[in-house]
Amino acid sequence: MSGPNTSFDPKQVSALSAESVDFVVSEALLAIRAASDLVTLKEVRLAHAGDRSPLSLANREIGALPPAAKAEAGKRMGIARGQIKEALDLRESELQDARDSAVLTQETVDVTLPVDRTALGGRHPLTTLMERICDVFIAMGYDVAEGPEVEADWVNFDALNVPPDHPARTMQDTFYVESPESGVVLRTQTSPIQIRAMLDREVPIYVVAPGRVFRTDELDATHTPVFHQVEGLAVDVGLTMADLKGTLDHFAQSMFGEGIRTRLRPSYFPFTEPSAEIDLQCFVCRGESINHPEKPCRTCGSEGWIEWGGCGMVNPRVLRAVGIDSERYRGFAFGMGIERTLMFRNGVTDMRDMVEGDIRFTRAFGLES
Amino acid sequence: MRAPVSWLREFVEIPADQDGRAIAEKLIYAGLEVETVECLGAGVVGPLVVGKVVSIEELTEFKKPIRWCQVDVGADNGGIRGVICGARNFYQGDLVVVALPGTELPGGFKIAQRETYGKVSDGMICSASELGLGDDHDGIIILSPNFGIGIDAKPIVGVGEEILDIAVTPDRGYALSIRGIARELSIAYGVVFADPGLALADLPAPAATSKPIQCASDDETGCALFTVRTIRGFNPKAESPSWMTKRLVASGMRPVSLAVDVTNYVMLELGQPLHAFDIDKLQGSIRAGHAAEGTTLETLDHVVRNLSSDDLVILDDRGPIGLAGTMGGFATEIDDDTTSIALEAAHFDDGAIARMARRHKLSSEASRRFERGVDRVLAPYASARATALLLEFGGGDYVGMTAVEAPYAPTVIALKASEPGAIAGMEIPQSTVIDLLHAIGCEIDASTELLQVEVPSWRSDITDAVNLVEEVIRLVGYDEVPSTLPTSAVGHGLSLSQRLRRRVGMTLAARGGVEVLNYPFVGEAEFDALRLEADDDRRSKVRLANPLNDEQPYVRASLLPGLIAAARRNLSRGNDDFFIFELGSVVRSGLGTLVARPSVTQRPSEDEWSALNAMLPQQASSLAVLLSGNQQLQTWSGPARRYEWSDAIEIARVIADVAGVALTVTTGNDSSFHPGRCARLCIGDQQVGTAGELHPRVIETLGLPVRACALELDFDVLVQHSPQARKAPSVSAQPVAKEDIALIVMDEIPTAQVQQAIVDGAGELLESARLFDVYRGQQVPVGSRSLAFALRFRAHDRTLDASEIAASREAAIQMAITRHGATLRGA
Ligand SMILES: [Zn+2]
Repeated sequence: MSGPNTSFDPKQVSALSAESVDFVVSEALLAIRAASDLVTLKEVRLAHAGDRSPLSLANREIGALPPAAKAEAGKRMGIARGQIKEALDLRESELQDARDSAVLTQETVDVTLPVDRTALGGRHPLTTLMERICDVFIAMGYDVAEGPEVEADWVNFDALNVPPDHPARTMQDTFYVESPESGVVLRTQTSPIQIRAMLDREVPIYVVAPGRVFRTDELDATHTPVFHQVEGLAVDVGLTMADLKGTLDHFAQSMFGEGIRTRLRPSYFPFTEPSAEIDLQCFVCRGESINHPEKPCRTCGSEGWIEWGGCGMVNPRVLRAVGIDSERYRGFAFGMGIERTLMFRNGVTDMRDMVEGDIRFTRAFGLES
Repeated sequence: MRAPVSWLREFVEIPADQDGRAIAEKLIYAGLEVETVECLGAGVVGPLVVGKVVSIEELTEFKKPIRWCQVDVGADNGGIRGVICGARNFYQGDLVVVALPGTELPGGFKIAQRETYGKVSDGMICSASELGLGDDHDGIIILSPNFGIGIDAKPIVGVGEEILDIAVTPDRGYALSIRGIARELSIAYGVVFADPGLALADLPAPAATSKPIQCASDDETGCALFTVRTIRGFNPKAESPSWMTKRLVASGMRPVSLAVDVTNYVMLELGQPLHAFDIDKLQGSIRAGHAAEGTTLETLDHVVRNLSSDDLVILDDRGPIGLAGTMGGFATEIDDDTTSIALEAAHFDDGAIARMARRHKLSSEASRRFERGVDRVLAPYASARATALLLEFGGGDYVGMTAVEAPYAPTVIALKASEPGAIAGMEIPQSTVIDLLHAIGCEIDASTELLQVEVPSWRSDITDAVNLVEEVIRLVGYDEVPSTLPTSAVGHGLSLSQRLRRRVGMTLAARGGVEVLNYPFVGEAEFDALRLEADDDRRSKVRLANPLNDEQPYVRASLLPGLIAAARRNLSRGNDDFFIFELGSVVRSGLGTLVARPSVTQRPSEDEWSALNAMLPQQASSLAVLLSGNQQLQTWSGPARRYEWSDAIEIARVIADVAGVALTVTTGNDSSFHPGRCARLCIGDQQVGTAGELHPRVIETLGLPVRACALELDFDVLVQHSPQARKAPSVSAQPVAKEDIALIVMDEIPTAQVQQAIVDGAGELLESARLFDVYRGQQVPVGSRSLAFALRFRAHDRTLDASEIAASREAAIQMAITRHGATLRGA
């Protein structure tokens, strides 16, 4: 490269003249505009903005100019290069957009094609309903207790204040494990889990116990010999029937909505005293169907209330059988049928749907009933 | 218990505006479960009147005999009308029930003047069934002669009578009577109750012509009170009055004869079962006691029963003549010629009757009442009432009563007056407690804060203070009890096993699994279909004494039979492609040693409790899967893919992953599975399950689709090995080095062993070894295959250099060569 030539006349460096620069720029802009694809544009970029482009070559001559002229020429060159770069970038972006839209259009698919390679699964609605119920009680500070399905009749009956000759034993048709004198049955209720909870845990006890139970009923639309219950038990100092009622109300609201109430009717269970049937306020009509034949309610049969389960204060005889001081502690217990709950809650009309295992039934419930 | 409302109203002044439904509502809130309220003759509307048959003309020209009757229905109703009638059970002069034109009968049947059998019939003479009053088609209703002609017949025949059907719980034996229900109503309405069980009916002085039958009780516990009243000269042809038969029918009992009807009527009214013997068929005196073992008795239902010495029976001098409080004997039954009656009324022990009823599988109206507790002192009152009725309608002489009775002391319970309120969680004043206990019949000594409550003789269910508490709270009203929440519950959340069950269920469902809940009942045929060996543990040893289905008497020891049954149901409904699973309980042993029942008056000892549990079969949670048909359906994007053995193993691996345990898969051997496509699944050395393709024979026998696959895992073992908290891995940020190797090994050598050799050989620099191809073909000797593994090497602290990687790779290959005679492909 030549050194500075102080005696050199800038006018003699024609490549740096305003005219030549303008000409080079206009040539470049024409070529850029004419480039119809990215490959051509790349060539144009090389020709008009590359190292060997007229502008780059002219730029090298700046050093030859006298210092007074350098600044002006430099500025002129800077503007020129800026113009070309801007035009190049703009054209590149235009051409990229055009290319993308062409290619991506070509790659378009029909997203409405069915995507059903693998079938959906589902958990049994009885399972998820029991989990839902347990979760309500876990949130209230209860633990989930369990017990065996093949159970000692002492646990299933005797300890629950149902002595061998008591008529209550015939209330529930029991499966006996051979021989009939074996003292072993398929549990007829989840209540034996209460006995196990009281024998295995320290007071205070707050447990909820879901489980499968058995009675010798033939399967039909409203009966099944194998069904599910959820049982709750609380044993603590100073528990009252009001606490039982409040617990059931809270449970009902959690499951069926704000403001839903429960109602207790006197009844009889050997293991509770006082005992009551639990009615649930109809969560569909909230009682508005009563005496309004023009708007009947199928969920509650226009009764306004739905029979839901049984409950009561733990009979002191039961506490005695498990060695809990009934002078000091009181308990309450409640239980309900899961099949029945699913029937009125989810509109299942035939018990057989819940036991036959037809995949179409269960799939409809997905992962939560 | 079916209770006609008019009968209840005889003893309690229920407000006149209260209909059956309103009364039912009151009873429900008192704890008596009224299941239905039925209205007799509910569809009868219009002029139903009493008519007198003035004349009968027999029309004989038709296929069946027809009567053309002139019936006087009273001047207001048009006087004498001609009516055609097909029934023949009436005579000139009888009073009958006539539906005049304009009457509508049940079923919307309208009575109108019409031409029939050549006459114009101007109404209808009615039978009970035509009025919806019962199923008795025997003939038309004949009224007793004292009704006025032309008056409204509806109340006379019971049209409009409401009947409450009450499901009486075992603790409320007293409610198995009109008397008991009426008492509850008197409390509910706060009105006077005229107790029919406390007044002795007026009877004539015993005739001195003969002696009453003597009685005795050999068992004062089983029979604490035994009474016999004797009637002679009774008219066996006497009929029951229609008001009585009407009520019996309404209450669900069939009228039989005056003597039987009276005993039933009094039982319904007062709750005291009674039994009438034909004295002429008796030998000597009557006593309650026990039969000699092995003697027999033919009961009224014509069943010959073998008696046990534990049975409480009624005997005469020859032997048993009845099962006490349950059913009489056939030989001493009242019949159409009975003129001398011995009327037994007694109190029998509830337990003794319950045991006997169970032993003989015999439940009667009487035994149902005794099992639930009959009023301890009622017998002589009830038999007086019955005797009065028998004498009134059957005539004869009352000869007197004989009786034996064990000493009776009413139950007295100490009750803290504050206790009902404390248990209810509300204020219940002492005065309220006393008033309510009075209302149910208690006598109360309230001189101290500890009330001394004497329980009435009809409430044998009340034995504990808490029973009195229930009475008070239910009569205060459960609706009055406030709603509060306990405050001190402190829970621990779900257990590991409970969490794992949910996670596994979610995971399987998310992968397409459908949960089924099968019955646990199985039988030999299913064991055989699964080709289970004779000693296979899955042949359950827990057998039911009373299975629903004799073909399936066992409790399941494996979930597969249930899953297969569910699969077959799905297939029969056209659901061909599925992945179903169940997580449920199975038995793992037979019963243990039978132990005596622990007492219920104290906590069982640790020994008693563990012995009781040891008596039960071992029970465990099992998880099983059945795969059938296509895993992927054919779609626009590709062909269908059937479920295969590897899917079952993959599901097992996923379950193990969910549990956080490492599953080892080795070649398995299970008679239910394809011998070459069965995997044994282990955690460490412990087998936890089996997975693979079901045996073709099993598939064929059970009609499953070919290549159906299954899996069963011991869920409890999975839980035992599942970590409470998982250890964090150390994740290296150093670069990874990747190397592929292909090893040729004999077919008999399982891939898992080759893989293990690589892992063991490569040492700690090996991060992972993953099989990515299995090749058989020209470049591999017959009987061998090439296994291609992708190896990844990485150190924790440095970038590995080429020589380290090469050394580790070489060591891996060397180990495969040494252990399994592998050769490196392409070497
Ligand atoms: Zn409703």
